[in-house]
Amino acid sequence: MGPGMIEVEGLRKQFGTTVALNDVSFRVDRGEVVGLLGPNGAGKTTMMRVLTGYLPPTAGTVRVGGHDVREEPIEVRRLIGYLPETVPVYAELTVREYLQFAADLREVPKAEVADRMARAMGQTGTAEVAHRVIGHLSKGYRQRVGLAQALLHDPALLILDEPTVGLDPSQVVEIRTLVRELATHRTVILSSHILSEVSQICTRVIVIHRGRIVGHDTVADLEKRLKGAERVFVQVRAPGVEALEAIRALPGVTAVTPAEAQEGTAAFQIECELGRDVREDVSRLALDRHWPILDLRSVAMSLEEMFLKLTGAGGGS
Amino acid sequence: MRRLWAVCRKELLCTFASPVFYIVAAVNLILFGVFFYVIVSASREAHLRYVFHNISVVLLFTSPMLTMRLFAEERKLGTFELLMTSPLTLLELVLGKLLGAALTFAILLALTVDFPILLLSFGRPDWGPLLTGYLGLFLMGLAFLAAGMFASSLTDNQVVAVVIGFGIALLLFIISWFSPQVGGPVGDFLEGMSISGRFENFARGVLDTGDVIFCLSLTGIFTFLTVRSLDWRRW
Ligand SMILES: Nc1ncnc2c1ncn2[C@@H]1O[C@H](COP(=O)(O)OP(=O)(O)OP(=O)(O)O)[C@@H](O)[C@H]1O
Ligand SMILES: [Mg+2]
Repeated sequence: MGPGMIEVEGLRKQFGTTVALNDVSFRVDRGEVVGLLGPNGAGKTTMMRVLTGYLPPTAGTVRVGGHDVREEPIEVRRLIGYLPETVPVYAELTVREYLQFAADLREVPKAEVADRMARAMGQTGTAEVAHRVIGHLSKGYRQRVGLAQALLHDPALLILDEPTVGLDPSQVVEIRTLVRELATHRTVILSSHILSEVSQICTRVIVIHRGRIVGHDTVADLEKRLKGAERVFVQVRAPGVEALEAIRALPGVTAVTPAEAQEGTAAFQIECELGRDVREDVSRLALDRHWPILDLRSVAMSLEEMFLKLTGAGGGS
Repeated sequence: MRRLWAVCRKELLCTFASPVFYIVAAVNLILFGVFFYVIVSASREAHLRYVFHNISVVLLFTSPMLTMRLFAEERKLGTFELLMTSPLTLLELVLGKLLGAALTFAILLALTVDFPILLLSFGRPDWGPLLTGYLGLFLMGLAFLAAGMFASSLTDNQVVAVVIGFGIALLLFIISWFSPQVGGPVGDFLEGMSISGRFENFARGVLDTGDVIFCLSLTGIFTFLTVRSLDWRRW
């Protein structure tokens, strides 16, 4: 096992008394595309800021490309392309001036600047706004300009903090394709709070919740673990109390909450154990008792609930 | 070096693309013009000594306004994160910004060339004091700019940056006022620390290397403090 692109060990990051990251350890190998998945406030941005050397770790070691972020910050920065959560653009500059500035900061060889700029603008679809002032661009275009800045110097490691926020659906698809393309000769780590997005782009997912890693999986494994981690909504024409009792007695059901329903019908939100789909059992039950089913569907869980489920179920790898 | 120039260029592009500079410059030039007209028409003497004195007071306000955005704005916009995650040293960043501010200030001073030209067309001014006067304004302004830059590195609020920058500049300007009260060697020291006393020499036409070194040292000290404060605020 050679040196990984990213090696994090026992990382802890505190802001005063707030613990943003707690005992985080993971490793990313060269060529991997890793998704950092977590709800708001999980610590994704903090994680990325520590990786880029913008924030110092409170405890633990962080190595990027074999360099310690504290001891060799400049070496680390040379390796990375970074798109922060708030797109770091200057409203007064044109896109071209801005990218020129970024190229100078990154010391892109002078002879290559024009080529690299043209390529980055092509990849992010910003060529048509090259001469416009960034302050006049839409949010989505600003996001793309930020991405162009991160790609410009052809970095070995791309760190993207919620790269698809603010983009329209077709652009989201394009960015996904682009990231997958880029990943062929690069390491990419990106954050998101959308599971489907991460699963479509990444080879591996690190699930983070309240500053801790709660899942450390390949995409396939994560999906397997989350399968059935949903709620089911059912509406039947039946006496409410009787139906409630019967459904609660079904195997695998953890909670049943009555929902609003029309006269003479009963509706419930059913929560079930991880990896269980109770829809079959519910329909069989309704058939036995001769309750006409008016509605039966699975309800997507909010991400927050999903994370609670992951943490509650033991999480970890 | 390339990165330092890139920072300087970016500062100039942003400065000249925003209305702040034009407003500050317009107000300053109007005030300077009033000083020139009132003083020269009253004294009927072909020198700018007292005009320079008045300008030097206005610079107490103007300098922090030219530097207030330097770091406060980067922090507020989040572009600071871009700068601090690119292979740019703090010294390159700070010097690039100071250079940008100094060039902007030089342009503002250059816009008063009409004063010597007018003197020249109506009288026989002595060139020495004119040149040392401008040099004095520039060097004193440079020290104020460095102080203002330091103030900007302490906060992400531009108004706070102006207030602190103005406070430091004013303190440097009036520090000799305390010397009679204090007296003794400390009083002498305070007298020597006074930037207005140094400026008086330039305005009179006296070019003393000690005064030049004094202004440059202040600039150096505030540049160093800016680097330290950025470094410290990161950790
Ligand atoms: N500079 C700071 N000072 C104090 N607390 C902070 C700071 N930055 C982050 N935090 C705290 O650290 C925790 C993690 O925040 P972080 O921004 O990393 O979350 P996130 O996963 O990126 O969330 P989001 O999805 O909303 O972007 C939060 O509780 C936040 O309040
Ligand atoms: Mg975030």
